[in-house]
Amino acid sequence: MADAITIRGLTKAYGGRPAVDGLDLDIRTGECFALLGPNGAGKTTTVEIAEGFRDRDAGDVRVLGTDPQGAGLAWRNRVGIVLQSTGGLDLLTPREALASTAKAYSHPRDVADVLASVGLDDKADTRIVGLSGGQRRRLDVALGIVGRPDLLFLDEPTTGFDPQARRDFWGLIRALAAEGTTILLTTHYLDEAENLADRVGVIAAGRLLAVDTPEALGGRSAEEATVSWEEDGIRRSLTTSTPTAEVARLAAGMSGGEVPALTVTRPSLEDTYLTMIAPHVGHDAHDAHDATEVPA
Amino acid sequence: MSAIALGLDRTVLELKMYSREKEAVFFSFLFPILLLALFSVIFGSQFNGSDANGMTAGGYFLPGMLSAGVLLTSFQTMAMSVTAERDDGTLKRLRATPMPPVAYFLGKVGLVAIASTAQVALLLLVARVLFGVSLPSTADRWAVFAIVFALGVFGGTVLGIAYSSMATARTVGAVVIGPMLVLQFISGVYIAFDDVPPWLQQVASVFPLKWIAQGMRSVFYPSDLASAEMAGAWETGRTALVLLAWAVGGLVLCVLTFKWFKRGTT
Repeated sequence: MADAITIRGLTKAYGGRPAVDGLDLDIRTGECFALLGPNGAGKTTTVEIAEGFRDRDAGDVRVLGTDPQGAGLAWRNRVGIVLQSTGGLDLLTPREALASTAKAYSHPRDVADVLASVGLDDKADTRIVGLSGGQRRRLDVALGIVGRPDLLFLDEPTTGFDPQARRDFWGLIRALAAEGTTILLTTHYLDEAENLADRVGVIAAGRLLAVDTPEALGGRSAEEATVSWEEDGIRRSLTTSTPTAEVARLAAGMSGGEVPALTVTRPSLEDTYLTMIAPHVGHDAHDAHDATEVPA
Repeated sequence: MSAIALGLDRTVLELKMYSREKEAVFFSFLFPILLLALFSVIFGSQFNGSDANGMTAGGYFLPGMLSAGVLLTSFQTMAMSVTAERDDGTLKRLRATPMPPVAYFLGKVGLVAIASTAQVALLLLVARVLFGVSLPSTADRWAVFAIVFALGVFGGTVLGIAYSSMATARTVGAVVIGPMLVLQFISGVYIAFDDVPPWLQQVASVFPLKWIAQGMRSVFYPSDLASAEMAGAWETGRTALVLLAWAVGGLVLCVLTFKWFKRGTT
């Protein structure tokens, strides 16, 4: 199947300063792809160009086989966008807002089903002004998926959520992915990317630095592991490329075969990510919009 | 769904939001009615129906309050709501859906048409029942009323949408309400137009509100009061032409300047 999104040599500058600088990116149909990057890296610009909200300076962009720049309503019918925050609906109820939005699409989901899937069925007829932050965010997602999109853009969906709300939310996104929806997620939470994404891309200074599965990003899976344990009340650790053998050797040397307080760790996705973007943070091109983002 | 059907759906949605916004209902929908009541009570003794034209305070202020109602419900409601919707991302969210843009505007026009018709009906009812204002009985007067009202409301709507591009949510209160208040005073809405100095009358004549007020006076005042107008006549034809010009100009301006995204975000 053709890729859902194909971007080649994408370039966009604001006032002469490049925000996106020759970016290439492919997002496969049916995958959940997380785009990571510091504020000002060009993430929002890239996503907004793919959403058809911004014009590019150069490069080729295909989203669902169509150039989003000037794409028509038939294309919008297949794309769902969950924006960073939605205001202006305070005086309506979730059911009213969803029912009205659904009417614009050719094959919308059932409003009651969508309300149930985002866990808002008991708030369906409450004014939106009375919803909590997490409930509003779930409503934003409901508005994004009610049109049964083939491709869903999710911009920092769980900022400000409590841990339980985030877990629930991830379940919702997994269910959408399982139905075959292609998802492009931007997030500042590395654990979110690790939990949801089939692949992650790291963007900095307007370019894509790496694309891989969360497990393998930046050679993580091949890197040396740290084995740590307690011996005579002292914490000891060593790094090794053969942690299994090391653990077996340690176990053989312990009375009872049990290694006290044993841990085996590899660099976290966050460690890998921070190492990767380190050369680009602090002096990369800030585009006007990304620079105003509230850091998560 | 077709754009027309979506426009109707948007109208219902807009009406729900409008009627649930207590501030909007009070300051644009009920405000002219309250003012009419207030003026009738305050100035009641000065009129008493005893002057040569037999006018009461309610009858004297009714055309002005009708004009203020047209302005508030069309121009002010649109300028403020579209500014807010651009600022809080509502327009961007709508733009992200396959809704035809015209459905959004039809929803706005539908809202204003229904709200201002209801407002005018209520104003006329209050004037007639509570303050004993005698309403015109001839069809030609009501025809003039319908034309002035329809052109005024349509013009106010498109001009309000166009005007919203000049404001942000932070500045909209000052940018809209300030000029509106000045315009209402110099256009003879709250005070008699012949008390306004001639040079200010000239300034007011550039804007549509003066013509709406004049048109309303021609409908509700005794015909011999035409001599108190600037031209010494009601100028019904010119009134219609000026209002039509503003309506067409406003529509063009609205189409040319409308933006879905707030400044600095695209």
